[in-house]
Amino acid sequence: MSLTANKPSGGHGNTEEKVNLKAIPEILKRHAGERGSLIPILEDIQTVYGYLPEEALKLVVSETGRSATDVYGVATFYRAFSLTPRGRHLVCVCLGTACHVRGASAIAEELKLQLGISDGETTADKEFTLETVNCLGACALGPVVVIDGHYFSKVRKSRIRQMLEDARSGCINSSATDSSSMFPVTVNCPVCKGGLMDENFTLDSLPAIQLSISSAGVSGRLRLSSLYGSPECAVEYDVPAGSAVEVSCPHCKAALSGALSCSSCAAPMASLDVQGGAVLHFCSRRGCHNRSLDLTPSSCLPEGGGAK
Amino acid sequence: MITLKINGVTAAVEEGSTILDAAGFLGFPIPTLCHMEGLTPYGACRICIVEIGEGVQAKLVSSCTYPVAEGMKVRTASKRVLRARKMILELLLASCPQSKVIQDLASAHGVRQQRFKQEHEDCILCGLCVRMCKEQMMAGAIGFRSRGEKRSIGTPFDIKSETCRLCGGCIYVCPACQLRCTYTEPDKAICGGCANLPPPCAEKEAFDDMMCYMNPCVACEIEKDAKTANMME
Repeated sequence: MSLTANKPSGGHGNTEEKVNLKAIPEILKRHAGERGSLIPILEDIQTVYGYLPEEALKLVVSETGRSATDVYGVATFYRAFSLTPRGRHLVCVCLGTACHVRGASAIAEELKLQLGISDGETTADKEFTLETVNCLGACALGPVVVIDGHYFSKVRKSRIRQMLEDARSGCINSSATDSSSMFPVTVNCPVCKGGLMDENFTLDSLPAIQLSISSAGVSGRLRLSSLYGSPECAVEYDVPAGSAVEVSCPHCKAALSGALSCSSCAAPMASLDVQGGAVLHFCSRRGCHNRSLDLTPSSCLPEGGGAK
Repeated sequence: MITLKINGVTAAVEEGSTILDAAGFLGFPIPTLCHMEGLTPYGACRICIVEIGEGVQAKLVSSCTYPVAEGMKVRTASKRVLRARKMILELLLASCPQSKVIQDLASAHGVRQQRFKQEHEDCILCGLCVRMCKEQMMAGAIGFRSRGEKRSIGTPFDIKSETCRLCGGCIYVCPACQLRCTYTEPDKAICGGCANLPPPCAEKEAFDDMMCYMNPCVACEIEKDAKTANMME
């Protein structure tokens, strides 16, 4: 099905081709000689380009010596791989049983109507790609829509326009629009394991998260609301809006930012250990409220991941 | 050598052979569709299912892929096997009624009804052409793409393959496109036209002992039986 959609983009693919030739030999070198390396190679290509360009797959075929049918078969088999360029924002609608009975099909129809595309397609301005999934495992929150990794729970038709506008402007914050998904977290430094909760400073009537920050030679204290999803924070000195700060632990002075970059503004994300086994990432740029809670231990910082 | 029992007959077969090989060696016919000598067993069509084990442990397995084991008890035509095989044929008929191979198998197994939604697919995804291309023609020009109901066979990117030599091997082995069943009533999924035709030898007595191309043909035997019965009288 995706094949026919792939063909018209042939001209578009040519512009990508030059970029391909740079990144792909390195990806192939990284996985050279590994057993069962085809999926990791395709995953890496997908990460770099957002999809699997035809030229890239041909290069994989010629370099790894696998047959083209095998590579193409694997690339078309898995949902995670896309052969057509995806938009900047990925909109994923859950159509699982629980979401379905709560009206997910109407939500999907509304999204199709507003974006003017059907399932699996990308808008002409390359802004949005619409996809459906059969279950996201968040059945109690249905109907669920995921935009760029942000989960929107109990979505109603009336909210969709605002959600898409937020995604387009980059100030997406699923949690702020749904207070029921806010919950308090207790965090530790991922390096020294020291508690970061400041009992003497309250934000959202909860102990705040205390961190050291510095930017342009000035340093001070940053206090974040420990209510996950709340944008509340307090800074000791005036950080210019839009600039990123260096975040470090107030106890061991270890730098906490830089392991990841923000999905909406590309500034470094700071990472903190959450008690109970998760990692809280937040964007270090003032004005960007991008926060995410990572429950997979593998993506923890090396220091924090091993101990858990 | 491995000793096993097929339909109550004890036999010793070589280690590593499949139930299908062993049954063929003993002369028990097992119908196949996606199996072909010289190609790796694939187990896609499930026509060749047999029952192994006993009592509650008994299970249906595809004989073309199941290796023989010491003391194994196989039934190639038990009630359960025949019922399941008929169901499989019914499902195949529902997806690809124009295949003469499937129609003939259905006739031979006495499939008289097709209770599913009638479709007219061009492919039953038996994988014969893919294996032929890869293993016998050493080309690997076609393969499976996608998954689930979107699964299909074709060349990568749907463009003319550089490795394809147009040998035609894929068409030669295909059960869905090699011989078309041109059944007269398209609404009726089950044809049985040629397989249920009375063999010519039944009408012309001159060819009494001729080897019949119908397989299995019993018409001559019936004739003979009738004659001997007449003579006895």
